[in-house]
Amino acid sequence: MDTWQNRGIFAARLLLLATALLLCGGRLCAQAQNTCLDCHGALDPPLQLTEQQFSNDIHAQKGLTCASCHGGDPTKADMDAMSKAAGFRGKVERKDVPELCGRCHSDTAFMRKYNPSLRTDQFSQYKTSVHGRLFAKGDTKVAVCIDCHGVHGLRPASDARSKVHPLNIAQTCSRCHADSAYMKGYSIPTDQFARYSSSVHHDALAVRGDLSAPTCTTCHGNHGAAPPGVDTVKNVCSKCHAFQEQMFDKSTHKAAFQSAGLPGCVVCHGNHAISHPSDEKLDAGPQAVCMRCHTPGDACDRARGDMLSGLMRLDDSIKTADKVLGVAESSGMEVSQARLDQDQARDALTKARVTIHSFKPELVEHDIQEGVKIAAKNLQAGQAALAERDYRRKGLGFALVFILMTVLGLFLYIRQMEQEAPKS
Amino acid sequence: MLTRGRQWLNQRFHWDDLIGPLKKKTVPIHGLSYWYFLGGVTLFLFMIQVGTGILLLLYYRPGANEAFESVQYIMTRVQFGWLIRSIHSWAANLMILTAFAHMFSVVFLRAYRKPRELTWLSGMLLLFLAMGFGFSGYLLPWNTLAFFATKVGTEITGQVPFIGHRLMVFLRGGEDVTGATLTRFFGFHVAVLPGLTTLLILIHLALVQYFGMSVPPGVETRWKSSPGQVREMKFFPNFALRELMAWYIALGVLGAMAAILPWELGTKADPFAPAPAGIRPEWYFMFMFQTLKKIPAKVWFADGEVVGILVFGAAGLIWTLLPFFDQAGRGRGRKFFMGAGIFALTYIIAMTVYGYLAK
Amino acid sequence: MKTEEPARIQPARRRLVEVLLGGGVLGSITAFFYPVLRYLIPPPVADLGSDEVVACKVGDLKPNSSKIFRFGTRPALLLMAADGEYRALSAVCTHLSCTVQYCNDLHQVWCACHNGLYDLNGRNISGPPPRPLGSYAVHVRGDDIVVSRKREG
Repeated sequence: MDTWQNRGIFAARLLLLATALLLCGGRLCAQAQNTCLDCHGALDPPLQLTEQQFSNDIHAQKGLTCASCHGGDPTKADMDAMSKAAGFRGKVERKDVPELCGRCHSDTAFMRKYNPSLRTDQFSQYKTSVHGRLFAKGDTKVAVCIDCHGVHGLRPASDARSKVHPLNIAQTCSRCHADSAYMKGYSIPTDQFARYSSSVHHDALAVRGDLSAPTCTTCHGNHGAAPPGVDTVKNVCSKCHAFQEQMFDKSTHKAAFQSAGLPGCVVCHGNHAISHPSDEKLDAGPQAVCMRCHTPGDACDRARGDMLSGLMRLDDSIKTADKVLGVAESSGMEVSQARLDQDQARDALTKARVTIHSFKPELVEHDIQEGVKIAAKNLQAGQAALAERDYRRKGLGFALVFILMTVLGLFLYIRQMEQEAPKS
Repeated sequence: MLTRGRQWLNQRFHWDDLIGPLKKKTVPIHGLSYWYFLGGVTLFLFMIQVGTGILLLLYYRPGANEAFESVQYIMTRVQFGWLIRSIHSWAANLMILTAFAHMFSVVFLRAYRKPRELTWLSGMLLLFLAMGFGFSGYLLPWNTLAFFATKVGTEITGQVPFIGHRLMVFLRGGEDVTGATLTRFFGFHVAVLPGLTTLLILIHLALVQYFGMSVPPGVETRWKSSPGQVREMKFFPNFALRELMAWYIALGVLGAMAAILPWELGTKADPFAPAPAGIRPEWYFMFMFQTLKKIPAKVWFADGEVVGILVFGAAGLIWTLLPFFDQAGRGRGRKFFMGAGIFALTYIIAMTVYGYLAK
Repeated sequence: MKTEEPARIQPARRRLVEVLLGGGVLGSITAFFYPVLRYLIPPPVADLGSDEVVACKVGDLKPNSSKIFRFGTRPALLLMAADGEYRALSAVCTHLSCTVQYCNDLHQVWCACHNGLYDLNGRNISGPPPRPLGSYAVHVRGDDIVVSRKREG
């Protein structure tokens, strides 16, 4: 062992051993030993799953391995890991997915160890949903857990990159529900996503980023997803639009819609393509909703006309006050308080529009009167500002007259003085 | 009665001897005499500033919580508060304009030559003080534009090599622009700067009195060769009355601007809101600001902004020491300094206009 | 500034100059000092700054009732809880800036626009509002209920 060559060979072997030990040791210190990824990380899709991809999964982060769902022995190397004796089951069939996930997620005692506040009724809710009921009859085309939540790179719903984060849910549902080829054979339309994307709720959620705005699951439920019934759709809307529902409940339309089997709010506002409401709904044009049922010339038509004219009156008075305030502002007058008070007038207009749902013109008129009073006060403030501006200009004119007199007087005095006596 | 008063003063202060030189003071008359008014108009505007400033002090409250509201109060509740405040804001701008015009007229009329070097020096210092007044006063209403303009302005100061950061912290009263900055600027604006300015004005006026009015070189040579051609007028009362006319006209202009174009209030500054688009400094800083914007990020090995600041610093220093460079007086030296003056004026005007037109 | 030949000035001309100059100076000085003198007189409404506001008088509010008042430029809500304690909150809903109100049946603050609910400390407990309502300090000063901004630290 004394030759340099022998020493070199010895050193190389030592180095190799050290590296191997280090690598093994390193792997032992990893989250949980998951030899599956050693091979599957190098395979081609669909069998490919790299360590990096799996590390995004909430289950991996909590210490679960491939074997937790697929069975087998994650500590063994190579094909020994896929041992039937250790319970390896390979790819999980779609028809087995909900039960597999439910094995843990419906076990309250088990889930308490990881996240005590997570619900554990997803599977039982699923069974009541349209997806779950069709699934029970053997339809595997319907959504199962992994279709919405993903698999292997599953993120919690609070993660903005998750497929079930509020901002992404509509997209996730549309993957099937907007695919007319996939949805062939089912008796529901496939235009919901397109309609929703044009709605005011989508605008609030996706454009303005208001996470409280509704998406598919807000009205349909998530695990127990089903369309709200005709008589109960207004309960869904009233979760946020409580005031409108209160008004509607005390109105004549409630009984009328119920006996006609009409789905409440949806009749006038639609369900998916809920556009920003405008006063044109009360008018007689293409957007008109009242005249779809009511006869022109009857008492209801007249009431509609009264409410509409009241709204237009208030809108007009707000706009007039705005205009005058604008002129005052551009002349340099200070009208910021009145400008702010205009917000209150606009609030009154919003309130009046909500009160329409009582279908009682006198209630609407009450709100309109309040708004008109505020707008009138602001108009007065604007006019006072203009009057003050004119007063200032008159005062300026007055002062300028005297200044000019003085300047002229000085000029003539100087001339006069220098005519009589030389300058130097 | 006036004679009795004079006698009383004479018995105590040798009044006649004191004002004798003033009575003898003359102002040369030539084609360019109109430029002599500018200095007096600047002084008049400064006096207007002191007057309206003291009046504003009766109602203004420094402090981030109250400043904006107190200015709003002055503009909306105090009788003629809008007038006093708008005059103060307009006169500030007008004063800096006339100060610049006065400075450039001195350059083009070569009035800074020996023996008037110190007059020029005190005048340049006054110009810097005036711009300091403008910068500190601009922040006092504590509105959004002023807040961010101050932020940017002090940020640029922080780029000066070596002392920049300390200078910035000194100006801001901390690392950021806060209520502490407002308090500090208020102190500068109503105490430090007025004190220094009053002192310098007295020195400047004393020097002007001592040396008399300068005459442009061409006229000077002409008068030296033919003394009969010398034309002058007495300062009191002839020139003084004309000066009074100029002051009255300035007052009329101020009143008109205050009534027809009142100074705006803006919105209250919110340090946590993002900066609005289009922040820019007041017009008298615009040429420097626009230059710094246009300098590429790197000039050779140095940071572009730092190079810009150093160049402006050097230019300002050389400009202040102009009389000491321009000893020759005539010939090529004269053409060079005239050229430098024209270049400086053109550059300032062009960059200011550019700054406003560019978005 | 040309030198003219010395000449006798007509008395009428002299009068004109006197009138112009005298009247002009007098008028302009009046026009200057009139605004200044008016300025010096303090206006009837003293400026309270934006730090505190007198919301109402003691006894104006009964337990379990509220009042909307203006703090600075925005609306604020002063409420007296059922136990008699005063609370002052910003009345601007943190969802879409509607003005909130106190519900004396729910003993909570409610926003009519989208059914948002806040507790008496301003914390958002239900509905769309993403953040709590800002709160102010309330002091009783003699007969006045004074609402002021909270001091830092």
